[in-house]
Order: sequence, then structure tokens, then C-alpha cells
Amino acid sequence: MRLTCTVNGDRHEVDDVWEGESLLYVLRERMGLPGSKNACEQGECGSCTVYLDGVPVCACLVAAGQAQGREVGTVEGLAGPGELHPVQEAFLEAGAVQCGFCTPGLLVATDDLVRRSRAEGRRPADAEIREALAGNLCRCTGYEKILDAVRLAADRMAGEAR
Amino acid sequence: MEFLQPATWEEALEARAASRDAVPIAGGTDVMVGINFGRLRPALLLDLTRVPELQQWGTDDGAVRLGAGVPYARVITELGDRLPGLAMAARTIGSPQIRNRGTVGGNLATASPAGDAHPALLAAGAEVEVASVRGTRRIPVADFYRGVKRSALADDELVAAVRIPPRTGPQQYSKIGTRNAMVIAVAAFGLALHPDRRAVGTGIGSAAPTPRRAPAAEEFLAGELDGLWESRAELPPATAARFGELVAGAAAPIDDVRGTARYRVHALSVMARRTLTWAWADYRKGDPACA
Ligand SMILES: Cc1cc2nc3c(=O)[nH]c(=O)nc-3n(C[C@H](O)[C@H](O)[C@H](O)COP(=O)(O)OP(=O)(O)OC[C@H]3O[C@@H](n4cnc5c(N)ncnc54)[C@H](O)[C@@H]3O)c2cc1C
Ligand code: FES
Ligand code: FES
Repeated sequence: MRLTCTVNGDRHEVDDVWEGESLLYVLRERMGLPGSKNACEQGECGSCTVYLDGVPVCACLVAAGQAQGREVGTVEGLAGPGELHPVQEAFLEAGAVQCGFCTPGLLVATDDLVRRSRAEGRRPADAEIREALAGNLCRCTGYEKILDAVRLAADRMAGEAR
Repeated sequence: MEFLQPATWEEALEARAASRDAVPIAGGTDVMVGINFGRLRPALLLDLTRVPELQQWGTDDGAVRLGAGVPYARVITELGDRLPGLAMAARTIGSPQIRNRGTVGGNLATASPAGDAHPALLAAGAEVEVASVRGTRRIPVADFYRGVKRSALADDELVAAVRIPPRTGPQQYSKIGTRNAMVIAVAAFGLALHPDRRAVGTGIGSAAPTPRRAPAAEEFLAGELDGLWESRAELPPATAARFGELVAGAAAPIDDVRGTARYRVHALSVMARRTLTWAWADYRKGDPACA
């Protein structure tokens, strides 16, 4: 089947999509967007987290056809070409990236958290950060540096215009 | 495999009737795991996410009519005041990503004994509204579960909505697992106090072939609360303990990878006693709903 959707603001059209395929497979294997990672294909690890119509979801659990006509946002779309998003900068500076496999999913989940709390004019509490990232597993860092990175990103983004 | 995306409820019901082996898909958090791991190869995937009626909730005849396709995240943010038990259960499900997609309709149709919506729906006294081209019927949720992952849904039917009486008193949900997020319950318990009809609702999860109520515990507690509803006096600890024993007695668990039957029975008695203690404390503080 043919799938048409918007990814990171660009309209994409791909043919010969198998009906049982996941959005994650389409992004990685058909659209040349391998940023979202495939680690478990069962919703457990969050490394495939993308925005679907502005809501973070596991791309491995979205059937390709369910994305028809929808807006998808991936880690590739967080910042412009050659640039880093404040969340990406914070992850680098805090040392929150080791092997990096979990990073794309965590960046999207963090971006969502920081945007939501900024829209409410506040910074996320630690408990909220843990809750918001509960669906993203990291086998390397032990999470402490990730928490540091989220706090850093929240501090920096608090100053920006909404 | 075919992929169909009906835009209306009528089209969805017709497609379901025309293809009995079609697999409906809502949030996909059960279906896609099956497909990704090659366990599920439906001839037709029937995507319900474009049917507007399924994505809405409203009030009807005093009940909240929750469309089958409303994701847990919205149950939590939009219905926490009216359906606190279900919202608490929803908070324990998976992760934010799963709650953004997964639905109560999908939980019902999967009918896993460990599904977290079930104990809350049982305690609240919900009804499942199912429909087909033949018409619509309402099934009390306690009659909906027919066996391990089997429900009363016929092969031409879809879940339209769940009808849940809004709370009239405190509700609680308790779940035991290896950590807070992303766990299938080892055992779970839902409690609802219904001061309006001087009744108690219970729901047991992960401790029998199907989710089930604990009728003897409900009757016992309703009897003990006779008079206390008005006085709002303290609940004797022995009453809470006995309630816990009766809830545990209603379970029929097995040993499996997540826990032993013995542990589950014990856990249920503790969860029932604790949730009752919390709920009664709320009620004594003048829980607003009992006027
Ligand atoms: C990582 C992860 C964690 C999870 N954690 C939990 C948890 O903590 N607690 C829990 O209870 N569950 C959990 N689940 C299971 C799952 O998320 C829930 O069962 C969820 O409610 C399924 O809803 P869905 O909309 O995603 O269903 P889908 O996967 O879309 O569908 C599930 C089933 O329902 C059928 N169906 C869906 N909608 C309808 C309808 N309207 N009419 C008829 N049939 C329909 C489908 O054909 C399928 O058989 C988890 C799943 C994952 C992947
Ligand atoms: S690959 Fe999707 S959650 Fe792990
Ligand atoms: S950095 Fe390796 S999994 Fe997180």
C-alpha cells in the first residue's frame, strides 16, 4: 500500500508498504530516517519514541497505515541541519550519552516533558522527570546523568520564548 | 494482509461483519506486538482510530460513556474526578508512550486476566456497550470476561464504549509488580465505595482465569458499614482485616513466572485491607460525593 504523511514538516510518500509494517520500520527502512532506534519492537524500551500528531508514542507499535495523513516528528527534526537542539546540547554537556542507542527516544521524551512544563510556566520536578522517562530504558548510564541533562535542558529552555 | 480505515462507525461495523477474521486495531499496543513478533498475521487489519465516535466520551443517562478508543492519557487528565478508580488504574499502565496510545476498549477486547482496567471497571459496576450490524447490546462487565483472554464479544461485534457510573464515594486501585512502571500486575485490586446505594464494589486482577469481583467481601463490608455511612465513625481494624481475607478467598490464582499463587492470595488480602483503610479515611474526611 501507499503511505503519505508529514515527517519533520516534509511530506513523504512511500509505496509498497506492507500492511503489517510499523511506523518505525517505514521511517528507518523506507524514508531514510534511522534516528529512531529499534531495540525491542514491543513498546518496552522507548528507543523508537516519535511524535505522532504532537504526542510521544512508540513508533514500533503504530501500524504504518495509522500514520496516513498524520504529522510525525522524529529526533532528526528536533533541530535544523548542523544544529543542536537545547535538549541535545544538554545531553552532551551532562554526559548523558554513552552508547547512544537510547538517546534519540530520550531526546524526544525529554523535549515533550520540557515543552509541556514550560507551557505551564514551570520546571519539571524530579518525580515528574522520572515519571515522564519511565518508558525509556538505558542500559549504560544509570540514569543519573540523564536526569542532570533534563534539568539542564529545562533550565535553559525556561528562558526561551514559548 | 489488507488494511482498512473506516471513517464512520457504520462502515466499521459493516467491515467487521464482512470479515469475521479481521483484527481490529486501536492503540496497537497489543496488536502490533503480536504482528512484530510474527504471532499475528491477520487477513485484514481494521483500523478504528479514524472513527470519531470511538475517540469521545460524554455523559448519558447518569453514566460516563467512554468511547472504546479514548487513550488512557485522556482518561487520566479528563476523567480523574469522575472515574478516580479507572484513572488510578490507568496511571499504572505501561509508560507515558503506552498510555498515549492504549485504550480501555483494547484492554477489554484483549480480556487478559492481568488487564488493569478490569478491576476498576468491576468495582465501579460498569457496562460494556458492544455493537454489530445486528444492533447494540450492553453487557455488565462482570459477565464480559469468559476465560483467559476470552470475552463475550461475538466475531462480528466491536466494543463501542464502556458505561461507567461516576463515583459517588472514594475509589482506590492497588497493583503489585516488580517496579512502578511497565509491569504486568502480579496481582491487583480495585475498590469503590458507593454511599449513594450503601454498597461496596470490588475487582480482582491477575489472580484468577478472568478478572472477577469478590461478592462475599462486598456483602460483608456493606453489612458492617450499615450505620457507619451516617456516623462516619472509625472502621474497626478487624473489619478491614476480615474484608481482606474475604477478598483473598475470592481469588483462584496459579503459580507463574510473575509470582506464586500463595503470594498472590496474601498480596490481595493486604491490598484489600489497605485500599479500604485509605478509602474509609477519605470518606470520613467528608468525601464530597456522599451528600
Ligand atoms: C510496553 C507495554 C506495557 C503494557 N503495560 C500494560 C499494563 O501495565 N497494564 C495493562 O493492562 N496492559 C498493558 N499493556 C497492554 C496494552 O497496552 C493494553 O491491553 C491496552 O489497553 C490495549 O489497548 P490498545 O488500544 O493498544 O489495543 P490494540 O492493541 O489496538 O487492540 C487490543 C485488542 O483489542 C481488539 N480491539 C481494540 N479495539 C477494539 C474495539 N473497539 N472493538 C473490538 N475489538 C477491539 C484488537 O483486535 C485486539 O485484539 C502493555 C503493553 C505494552 C506494549
Ligand atoms: S523499539 Fe519501540 S519501544 Fe523498543
Ligand atoms: S547510553 Fe547506552 S543505552 Fe543509554
